[in-house]
Amino acid sequence: MTSGQPEPVPGTSQGPAVRRARPGSLSSSVAALRDAFGPAIERHFMSSGQTVVYLDPNRSHEVLAWLKDTPGQEYNYLTDVTAVDYRDPERPLEVVYQLRSLGRKADLRLKVALDKRVPLEVQSVYDLWRGADWLEREVYDMFGVTFVGHPDLRRILMWETYAEGYPLRKDFPLRGHFSRAEQTRQALAANPEAHYSLEELSIAETYGELPKEMQERLARGERGFLK
Amino acid sequence: MGLINPATENRADETTTVSAVSPNFVTTKLDFLTNWARSNSLWPMPFGTACCAIEFMATAASRFDLARFGMERMSFSPRQADVLICAGRLPFKLAPVIRRIWDQMPQPKWSISMGACASTGGIFDNYSMVQGIDTIIPVDVYVPGCPPRPEGLMYGILLLQKKIRGETITDDALREEKLVGPSGLFLPPERVDELSEPFGNSVQQTRSS
Repeated sequence: MTSGQPEPVPGTSQGPAVRRARPGSLSSSVAALRDAFGPAIERHFMSSGQTVVYLDPNRSHEVLAWLKDTPGQEYNYLTDVTAVDYRDPERPLEVVYQLRSLGRKADLRLKVALDKRVPLEVQSVYDLWRGADWLEREVYDMFGVTFVGHPDLRRILMWETYAEGYPLRKDFPLRGHFSRAEQTRQALAANPEAHYSLEELSIAETYGELPKEMQERLARGERGFLK
Repeated sequence: MGLINPATENRADETTTVSAVSPNFVTTKLDFLTNWARSNSLWPMPFGTACCAIEFMATAASRFDLARFGMERMSFSPRQADVLICAGRLPFKLAPVIRRIWDQMPQPKWSISMGACASTGGIFDNYSMVQGIDTIIPVDVYVPGCPPRPEGLMYGILLLQKKIRGETITDDALREEKLVGPSGLFLPPERVDELSEPFGNSVQQTRSS
């Protein structure tokens, strides 16, 4: 074990020079963001070596697009989209974006605070990172945050007709709202065969060869539960 | 004639089951033969959902060798299966799946609930988990443990074999299909709620409505 980390010297190692972000220091993106957007950047701080930046909910998409496409930022990989609901009911719900620049080897965490007294809405980043598709669906499923502009926003972990609410909200009781008998009844009423859409089954090409009854069901867009 | 026996009159509203066949020398000998054959050639339908499935695989592998008990072949199709082994926790999303598999299995069929989660919900007393698969399908043997050791599962299988050796063809109720009724459950709702009651640490949790 060597004490102290060797200082990375740009351009001396093999391969092209890469400006590495040193862990534990404030990301240089914060100053650049403040220069470019000013009041849309609310506050920032360091937490466990990570830079956390709060964004104006109305301009989050604009800022994230800038972070992805601007030379010198190039956060081309969306590690995660998640949300945090705090126990304090006054405190807003936070949607968290964890970005990484694969070329610069730099991370940045961005948060959007959403007021819980109004409908929870934030712009989808599906058009920037395709990987946001299922991540945003999961946040929608668990927290009820609507991602405006998401092409296919529906539940992903719970079944689509799940009616008890959003399980990871702090006001959601651990066992759910319904009685166990009602939960069991609803679960047994599900039709597992009809759960997937035509696109998910990847059988769009073989549609003509499917049984007629299945063609009709898929054409109606039926999935999840029998009516 | 014309007299009313008060003893029988009082029992008029009780249901009396009269079997078409009563046990006799032929049926008991036939029972012995069929039960011997059935109990020694149980083909399991593995329904592994969690860590219990790892122990189940260990049970089937060479060290513990489930084949010694006539379970050589895992039946990955419910059509050829005799015993459904639910190894692991069962979320509500999988409840219709295990129910469908159980309905697809032909009689005679049995089921083993392997582990704490399959039997009671275990530590997962939350919104997404079935509190015991006996609220979804009938269960013959519960194997406790988290997860049960292979010896535990084998003991459960031996108990099931013992149970099968005690069956008789004169009891029609044994082969009766317990289907999901018009209420959407195969048990009365109060029974499901009773089986899903919180216990242990779960009673400290809050629940609205």
